[in-house]
Amino acid sequence: MVTSPGSKQPETGRAVKGAGAPSTDHCWLYWTWCVKMDGYKTVIDSLRASFRSGFSLPEQFRLDQLEALVTLIRENEKQILEALYKDLGKPKFEAILSEIDMVMNELSFAIHNLKTWMAPEYVTKNLATKLDHCFVHREPLGVVLIIGTWNYPFQLILLPLVAAIAAGNCAILKPSEISPATEKLLVDLIPKYLSQKCYAVICGGAEETKKLLENKFDHIFYTGSQKVARSILQAAAVHLTPVTLELGGKCPCLIYGNLDIKAAAKRLAWAKFFNAGQSCVAPDYVLCNREMREALVPALRQALEDFYSPRPRECADIGRIVSERHWTRLADLLQRSTGTVVIGGETDKEEKYIAPTVLVDVPETDALMEEEIFGPILPIICIDTLADGVNFINAREKPLALYVFSDESKVVTTVLEQTSSGGFCSNDGIVHMSLPGLPFGGVGNSGMGSYHGRWGFETFSHRRACMLRGWGLERINVLRYPPYTEGNLGWLRWATGSKRKGWGSCSLM
Amino acid sequence: MVIQGGKSNPEPTVCSVTALTTTPPAGLRNWSLGCAVQVIDCVCTDVCVFLQVNTSGYYRMTREQQAVEQARRAFLTGRSRPLDYRIRQLKSLRCFIAEKKADITAALQKDLGKSENGTELYEMLSLEGEIMAAVKHLPKWAAPRPMEKNLLTIMDEVYVQPEPLGVVLIIGAWNYPWAVTLKPLIGAIAAGNAVVVKPSEVCVHTAKVMEDLLPLYLDKEMYPVVTGGVTETQELLKQRFDHIFYTGNCMVGKLVMEAASHHLTPVILELGGKSPCYIDKDCDITVACRRVTWGKYVNCGQTCIAPDYILCEPSIQDRVVEEIRKCIKEFYTDDPKNFADYGRIINKRHFKRVMALLEGSTVALGGDSDESERYIAPTVLRDVKPEAKVMQEEIFGPILPILTVSSADEAIHFINSREKPLALYIFSSNKKLIKRMIAETSSGGVLANDCLVHFTVSALPFGGVGNSGMGCYHGRHTFDQLSHLRSCLIRGLAMEKINTVRYPPHTTEKMRWARLLILRQVNLGRLRCMVVVTLLGMLAAFMAQRLRK
Repeated sequence: MVTSPGSKQPETGRAVKGAGAPSTDHCWLYWTWCVKMDGYKTVIDSLRASFRSGFSLPEQFRLDQLEALVTLIRENEKQILEALYKDLGKPKFEAILSEIDMVMNELSFAIHNLKTWMAPEYVTKNLATKLDHCFVHREPLGVVLIIGTWNYPFQLILLPLVAAIAAGNCAILKPSEISPATEKLLVDLIPKYLSQKCYAVICGGAEETKKLLENKFDHIFYTGSQKVARSILQAAAVHLTPVTLELGGKCPCLIYGNLDIKAAAKRLAWAKFFNAGQSCVAPDYVLCNREMREALVPALRQALEDFYSPRPRECADIGRIVSERHWTRLADLLQRSTGTVVIGGETDKEEKYIAPTVLVDVPETDALMEEEIFGPILPIICIDTLADGVNFINAREKPLALYVFSDESKVVTTVLEQTSSGGFCSNDGIVHMSLPGLPFGGVGNSGMGSYHGRWGFETFSHRRACMLRGWGLERINVLRYPPYTEGNLGWLRWATGSKRKGWGSCSLM
Repeated sequence: MVIQGGKSNPEPTVCSVTALTTTPPAGLRNWSLGCAVQVIDCVCTDVCVFLQVNTSGYYRMTREQQAVEQARRAFLTGRSRPLDYRIRQLKSLRCFIAEKKADITAALQKDLGKSENGTELYEMLSLEGEIMAAVKHLPKWAAPRPMEKNLLTIMDEVYVQPEPLGVVLIIGAWNYPWAVTLKPLIGAIAAGNAVVVKPSEVCVHTAKVMEDLLPLYLDKEMYPVVTGGVTETQELLKQRFDHIFYTGNCMVGKLVMEAASHHLTPVILELGGKSPCYIDKDCDITVACRRVTWGKYVNCGQTCIAPDYILCEPSIQDRVVEEIRKCIKEFYTDDPKNFADYGRIINKRHFKRVMALLEGSTVALGGDSDESERYIAPTVLRDVKPEAKVMQEEIFGPILPILTVSSADEAIHFINSREKPLALYIFSSNKKLIKRMIAETSSGGVLANDCLVHFTVSALPFGGVGNSGMGCYHGRHTFDQLSHLRSCLIRGLAMEKINTVRYPPHTTEKMRWARLLILRQVNLGRLRCMVVVTLLGMLAAFMAQRLRK
């Protein structure tokens, strides 16, 4: 099903063949053709033209597109699961929970709330503007670029897309080339279900992305690593494009004080080894004191045995590492580490498998502490006091998430107040990102900007301040016109200052 | 370069450097050492800071590095976290404005030729309002904001907690040097950040007053003022900040963003642009022209949201020119040059730039100038062509070109064919037309039937879009933008049973429950009701049982 973005076509986007384009049944070949011709410009220009014509603006259009996305997922759930299995060996349970249902949930949340989000927001006024309409109008930004990543290749590109559609933008998606099965699926499915006038999928690796970034977008939404983020920001600076960065970082997990260690170990193990540790919000390392460690290691061992059986390698519920390169990186980290492996440690290159691994006696300067681990390896670092733990966290870059396990609310509050991180979750892992009410995003090195639910809608909207005045009361305006006098100034001060309650009605009288 | 222990002070004080020992100070890689290194020791003297890095030598920090380090160290003490501290600082900022009014006005008089009442009206008034609002609302702004839950977290606390970002750099502009520098400062203080303030070097006298007097009122470690020109700004931008707030032009905006990209620093850019002003034939042209005249010639046209050009139909052009002539006379008398309330162009360079814009267009009003005084009369150009020189860049001076369009549609088309402006002004009595223009164009803000005043409503976000900037500020918006809105989920370890549904080994049965528990948010209102009712029911049953005993 091919269309040329410029040609006339039914609104559902199903198919008129583009004149002049190579005739093929594959959309991305068409795009590839465009790329060769003039570096993505054709695609972007055609999307911009649709945006300019106001095509993506009406509430009904946005709802239709969101519904179409729902249909896409409903009708293709099986293919999606297969693709995810091919790329990451993702267990069905994890795939449904963290990819499909996450998106579905976001979709229904957006569909239900779109009207509220789009409504103008009336604001409080001062006396001088009492009779006017002051409101904030959310308007779409234009053509946005969404660059996904491979650890949740489906969710991390579609959640921002939901927000972009809801906000009324046109969007170009760039799925990660490291998860090829999902990439291919998105290329096939998106143009089939969504309007091709407004949404396009572009494939390619680093080289293509670089070229793509030379074009002007109205917003760039990137999920991935700090290194690439820097070059994206640099490219964005040329066109003054606002950017949302969803990066990772080493998310600490502090275990301290009184607690049910068994429950804590279970939750920690679940959060860490979900998707084989390849989550940007997975706990990266554990901080606890020696006694706690003695209790924690057996509890973790038990939890892992309960979860993945004593032979995790044969268990269907544990995923694989995405690519050979990443497997090598992890195996290398494991080898270079001076810590002691107490659980797991087996690796298999053939299968890109790494067993759930826990290490103790890991020094602060260990190889495992240099970068984000992003794999099923959990180092445990010993601290003496809570203050040590807080200092340890503060001495490093601000993480995307911070976890504290403790039954003592004082411990939780102390850590919460004295540290900084994108998100904070006590006594559990990852779950905080399943709440669409909470903004999801980093701070400092873990990113900028946020999304999920309304926050995503706001990210992709321009909040335009609107003020509609009338013609009356020109007399009062004399106060502000030159020549300036002391008397006029006094009146103006009084009128523009924010008023205590009661003044508003008074002034109307 | 290598100074042991700080020779300029016989007894150097050694600072606590807990924060420095693991994170090298920002910009260190730009030092002569060439690589990021660990700081072992830090020696402060009255005049400068020396750092000991890996090697045995002590290295002197530049003034900019020092200011940033000092601010960061002050921030890390955590003293800016309590609201009391922030409110105290805000109040003393207010004292500063009230007590040093004379110095401020005098400096502005020298820099921009602003009259005393004009300064008060356009700079100080809004600042005072902003401070008062921040002091009053801060407890509310900084309080945790509860958010919606799902079934799994129904018993937990779910909220968003605004927290300070760290060290913020504020780079001010020269057109309203106090308003655009201190307004973001107010928000940054309210949000609990440390701030490095960099006033515009173009306003020499104002920058001096800021540098000398601000530290007398504010915590001078937490809020250092760094002055200087391009080199100093470049050096500042090499440092690592947690946020950069820049007001100025597009070109520098790009440089700021580029510099920020090295440290992944978020930025707010408040830029300008050619703000169009459409005057419909169906409106009270007399009043419209009064308001436009006021908005345009305030501060000698050097306002980022000043109407840049007028779009109107040819049939009303003559009347518009005539009405503006009357208003100029009424506001600035027949002789604006010698009238106290009419300002001057900031410097010779800008004077030349603005005068050059007149080239090739027909002057309908004004047009005279005096280079020695940097005076340009309120000027109106008529029948200006879209290709004219004056239409190629933001004017930022007292020149008002009028372009004729055949209809509102053409006006919309004209506006859309150019970069998105910071403000759009529409004068019309036709409400439908106003709504349509809002819907079919884009701009930072829209104001119908007046000029500039949307700036005074602090509840409205003020900021650009596209080429006119990113991010917004004023009132609560500044606070939110300069805070990190941290999402917090506070759970307990109880009810572990329920969690088994999400743990492997996975079964279809578990899956169904997990889907319900973790992910269902839809109709949460109804669900919440149901849960509350159930809980109440359980409570009632429990009570009934106890009572029976």
